[in-house]
Amino acid sequence: MLNYLWLAMILLGVVWAVVTGRLGDVTKAVISSAEEGVQLSIVLLGILCLWSGVMKIAQKSGLIRSLTNFSKVLFAKLFHDVPENHSALGAMVLTFSANFLGLGNAATPLAIKAMEELHKLNNRRDTASDAMVLFIVINASCLQFIPTNVIALREAAGSANAVAILPHVWISSFISTIIAIIFYYLFLLMEKRRDYALWHL
Amino acid sequence: MAFMSVLSEAAIPAVIIAILIVGAWKNVPVFDTFLEGAKEGLATAIRILPVLVGIMLAINVFKESGALDILVDLLKPVVNFFGIPEEIVPMAILRPISGSASLGLLSRQLKEYGPDSLVGKILSVMMGSTETIFYTVAVYFGAIGVKKTRGTVWIALIAGLAGMISSVIVCRLLP
Repeated sequence: MLNYLWLAMILLGVVWAVVTGRLGDVTKAVISSAEEGVQLSIVLLGILCLWSGVMKIAQKSGLIRSLTNFSKVLFAKLFHDVPENHSALGAMVLTFSANFLGLGNAATPLAIKAMEELHKLNNRRDTASDAMVLFIVINASCLQFIPTNVIALREAAGSANAVAILPHVWISSFISTIIAIIFYYLFLLMEKRRDYALWHL
Repeated sequence: MAFMSVLSEAAIPAVIIAILIVGAWKNVPVFDTFLEGAKEGLATAIRILPVLVGIMLAINVFKESGALDILVDLLKPVVNFFGIPEEIVPMAILRPISGSASLGLLSRQLKEYGPDSLVGKILSVMMGSTETIFYTVAVYFGAIGVKKTRGTVWIALIAGLAGMISSVIVCRLLP
């Protein structure tokens, strides 16, 4: 997907530049993009090191594990097809915690582990289970407490108060998570209904 | 609002202090452990550097050629109808597709519009409260070989759209 998108953006850009005679701007853009890419990763480098370091402490002290146990009760209710003591639940909660603290990169391996655990409970090998759908849509709706990258970039752009947007982010990501859960249930209802209708044909 | 600003200012130090105190209490060698984790952060930053260079190339070419303006022009009437600033359209398109690309775009746009302007705030909140939907779905399901994803993409896109709309509303309502 990204392969085609990348190619399309560059191709369309160059073709359009030829048409409009802005090839000079595009040449400049090509040269500056290399520099900008490096600059951006340097901006992110510090904050990535900082949070990875702090989270390592949280991980070793068992803090993350106790957070996991604490929130298990809630998640056991949402994920009706996952047994309460199954390791899938722990892996899912760990993923949510990592996302919650703005550690997107730490979340990916944890999420894959959670998906593997969920797949053990799934009896249809090529089809997503209810729990998988809900797990992914909650992740994709991005329940986040500290969006570290955004704060770093705001800081780098010279913001007077880089963290001022935090309450806005909390409200917005809360709303999108709620919407995700609501639409998950709506989807289950629709699916059931369709099965029901087919059954009567 | 005073409470909100105290909360947002205190969030990061509070989380760090809490983690450090629990770590020290549990006899974790805090500084050594910090260094161990920070090294992983370094590795991550290096891993995303080539991605960012590649993405910047595509974004810059697409933008400087004027092709992006055309795409934005097409979507402008829709966006204006809902009272959404048109400057956020490129971000709304890129955000579900690529995390590092939207990060690159955010960096550029914050410099262009100012991080504390309304547009700058909306962009920051959009970035912070939505996810790379296509990437997430592809990687998570790809890892276990599930092909029939049922309603996942649609539910996630609806939730993402809700997040974007609420970013605009929340930024307009809260100072």
